[in-house]
Amino acid sequence: MMLSAPSFSYALLSPMLIVLAAAVLGVLIEAFMGKTHRAAVQLTVSIGALLLALIQIWQIRDMSSTSAAVNSVTIDKAGIFLQFTIIVLALVAVLLIADQDNFVARASTIPGSVEEQITTQQQVKQTEIFPLFLFATAGMMLFTVSTDLITLFVALEVFSLPLYLLAGLSRRRRLLSQEAALKYFLLGAYSSAFFLFGAAFIYGYSGSVSLVDISASAGSANDIFLYIGIIFMSVGLLFKISAVPFHSWTPDVYQGAPTPITGFMAACTKVAAFGAILRLFYVGFAESQTLWQPVITVIAVITMVFGSVVAIAQRDVKRMLAYSSIAHAGFLLSGVVALSKEGLAASLFYLFAYGFTTIAAFGIISLVRDSTGEVSDLNRWVGLGKKSPLVASVFSLLLLSFAGIPLTSGFIGKFAIFSAAYQSGNTLLVVVGVLASAIAAFFYVRVIIMMFFNDPDNDSVSVVIPSIKSRISITIATLITFVLGIFPSIILNTANNFANLIK
Amino acid sequence: MSLLTLVGISPLIGALIVLLIPAKKSELIKRVAFIITLLIALFSILLAVRFDKAITGFQFTQNNSWISAFNVNFAVGVDGISLVLILLSTILVPVVILATWHESDTGRWNTKVFYILVLVLETLMIGVFAATDLFLFYVFFEAMLIPIYFLIGGYGTGNKSAAAVKFLLYSLFGGLLMLASIIGIYVISGNQIGATFDLAKLATLQIDNQTEYFLFLGFFIAFAIKAPLWPFHTWLPDAAKSATPGTSVLLLGVLDKVGTYGMIRFCIELFPDATKTFTSFIITLAVISIIYGAFMAIGQRDIKGLIAFTSISHFGFITMGIFALTSQGVSGASLYMVNHGFSTAALFLIAGWMIWRRGSSTISDFGGLQRVTPVMAWTFFMAGMSSLALPGLSSFVSEFLVLVGTYTRYPVAAVIGTLGIVLAALYILIPVQKALHGPIVSGNENLKDLNLREKVAISPVILVIVLMGFYPKPVLDLINPTAEKIVINSGYSDPVAKVGK
Repeated sequence: MMLSAPSFSYALLSPMLIVLAAAVLGVLIEAFMGKTHRAAVQLTVSIGALLLALIQIWQIRDMSSTSAAVNSVTIDKAGIFLQFTIIVLALVAVLLIADQDNFVARASTIPGSVEEQITTQQQVKQTEIFPLFLFATAGMMLFTVSTDLITLFVALEVFSLPLYLLAGLSRRRRLLSQEAALKYFLLGAYSSAFFLFGAAFIYGYSGSVSLVDISASAGSANDIFLYIGIIFMSVGLLFKISAVPFHSWTPDVYQGAPTPITGFMAACTKVAAFGAILRLFYVGFAESQTLWQPVITVIAVITMVFGSVVAIAQRDVKRMLAYSSIAHAGFLLSGVVALSKEGLAASLFYLFAYGFTTIAAFGIISLVRDSTGEVSDLNRWVGLGKKSPLVASVFSLLLLSFAGIPLTSGFIGKFAIFSAAYQSGNTLLVVVGVLASAIAAFFYVRVIIMMFFNDPDNDSVSVVIPSIKSRISITIATLITFVLGIFPSIILNTANNFANLIK
Repeated sequence: MSLLTLVGISPLIGALIVLLIPAKKSELIKRVAFIITLLIALFSILLAVRFDKAITGFQFTQNNSWISAFNVNFAVGVDGISLVLILLSTILVPVVILATWHESDTGRWNTKVFYILVLVLETLMIGVFAATDLFLFYVFFEAMLIPIYFLIGGYGTGNKSAAAVKFLLYSLFGGLLMLASIIGIYVISGNQIGATFDLAKLATLQIDNQTEYFLFLGFFIAFAIKAPLWPFHTWLPDAAKSATPGTSVLLLGVLDKVGTYGMIRFCIELFPDATKTFTSFIITLAVISIIYGAFMAIGQRDIKGLIAFTSISHFGFITMGIFALTSQGVSGASLYMVNHGFSTAALFLIAGWMIWRRGSSTISDFGGLQRVTPVMAWTFFMAGMSSLALPGLSSFVSEFLVLVGTYTRYPVAAVIGTLGIVLAALYILIPVQKALHGPIVSGNENLKDLNLREKVAISPVILVIVLMGFYPKPVLDLINPTAEKIVINSGYSDPVAKVGK
């Protein structure tokens, strides 16, 4: 038997390969480099790799191929847009992550121990976060372009495992952080198992792991196996986007993880997971839409309503944004259900816009502190508008964007996704969507009231002067939120042009 | 760039100028803001001068592509009705600034923020009346909430932040319902004539009945909350009580007109069939508003609450006139919007001065003002008379037109509505008697009469009230052709021949 060498088109894979190589390089730096300059070098490597990947993405923007890596990766328009989104979001996020005082000095120290105090005083830095971050980014990029079930699963694990670790590295409230990490890991492992279980069923049904073959085989055997397969795989993916009822990890992890990581996770995981969901449902399961559309519709409705309603009861800003992200996952699912070019384009735009707003919001949260560190308790945010008008104004703008008020990117995204849903006949999703938005407006506005209309008391917090890196990151992300609200055409037209998945 | 766009962006430029002045020079900021808005008012009158009454379509139009992916255009233009509402906004803003010179001194934030908010709001107010693109209208409609929200919450009195939030949430809720309808009509246009937000094109769509009903209701509820119509009115009294007088003038005098304006421009023009179906229902709500507002006004002890409830009654009249769907009704309602703007402005501003001097807004705390502060008392009296539609003052003409227009199609509603006029006499005359006449209530002996600034500020308003009472023709000439066109375009004809004017 002859084994022919597998063919790779390295040019098309280069963005991912660059990031992966940089991650490996990061590990080597950890092993061989002295401690003094490690952090700076790691940051340089990360930014350099992401910029290089960005250039490569630009180079291949008009190319497409289904056989970039032996049929298991499809580089197409939508894939390129999603990868581009992940890279730019990661670039903005890494500037936040570079503010190392959010992270524990040495993760191996026991919380509260003397050793912990010593390492903190010595300003030891846990620089492994950079390679971990790069591995996660590369995994996310791969996740959006995988076209067979095995690669999908591998990519899922590649980006999930580093995130489990990163979630546990918070400098303050370490027990909470570690608990969050453990919870995320355990539930994530379950959901991966579900995903794999579903993939097995689908393989059994279609005899292939390739999405194209799965699509072609629709109706060829007993549909119940396909149905079970779709449901179980969906569980794995819906977990990642924190759709109800697979959302329970979200508030804990958002709260416990170091804030820059929360921002990175909230923005980029959503892009990656929705990228995979869109590809899976638009390509792999497009022919069996009657099976899954009702289910996903119901989940979208529950997710929107649940996220919006429960967010009202939150007293912690990170938990509130966690529930808000659940609600946004519901809005995004409307774009999946639409199963049209418009739905795909709207989802791409929404992910791009939402990602930046999210990173900026968590960037701001990481600045609001008291003497012991970051404070996410909303009751202590009162009067922030008086103490730091600029920070409070920027945060208000971001909240208004989450709420979907015109002249912010959030509004354009919402409009795009709801009109796609209406167009495909899902009036119910539109009506529930706007009602959920109305409910959601309440808790966003409440934060604005707390910041602006209440006087600061003794217990309230102050804003630290942000480092230049955070400042750049927050400024870019906020500007994009604002500019996309007024001149959305640039990204909107690009999203339209790139709304194409090769089937 | 059309003249209209120039008028529209000039407040924004004004806001930028104010932004450049150091916050400490608050007196300078006030003067600059006043002069800018005064110039804008004069500038906007140029629009009226150059407006061609012979053309019933939109004038001063401008159309630039904005968001090409959705075919959203920056499309503006005015017809008779939107023109007079823009004039109302631009004229009231300098009046308000001059009249409430000290309003911004005691706020949560400094003077500069106040005037920037007011100027931004002015741009948005002009924009919302000028937009001929549905998406653009919605953007202005929603964006307008933000400055007014901060004006109430930041500079108001009493339970201001609660009132501001109530206002915002009600409006957002209505706005989101409207958004669903906008998405609906946008998608339908995409299926029929190519996706568009152009009002003229949207009016030609063929929509099946059931869908049209839902779309109509989405718009109508949003506007009924804004207008505000019973039972969607509950936010208004709170907001009016908490807001400063100047903010209340802008809120009730101009912003709420967006509701009634929207009913004409969107509900009737886009959904004539659904309008037909819901007319009797809406007229009923309007009549309830008239009577309910009047009774609640009679029961008010707080002077700001009184004005708020009289407005609910008046908005009932306006809505009734609109949905009577006769050319007199629609003209009358449009004229009423302008007149109500001025008479409410007069009432709120003078009430504001009374409250500021007395330190109380309870009606019974006043008394004998006629003797202590004759000018203030007389101007309040005039404003009150205009509000109860005394013949010879502006509101009379419009109320009469509305009632005549309604009577030809809905005689019962018109007759019950007339009862509202009788009640108006009560709710105005009782407080006038309590506050202005009778013995001087202790604490009022040393109140000062209006100063020169206040006299200058209020005189144009009183002048308009009197002039429009005797000679409404110039404004009616602007409104009438548009009103007739709207009624005819929506498939109605006047039940009886026009009465000579």
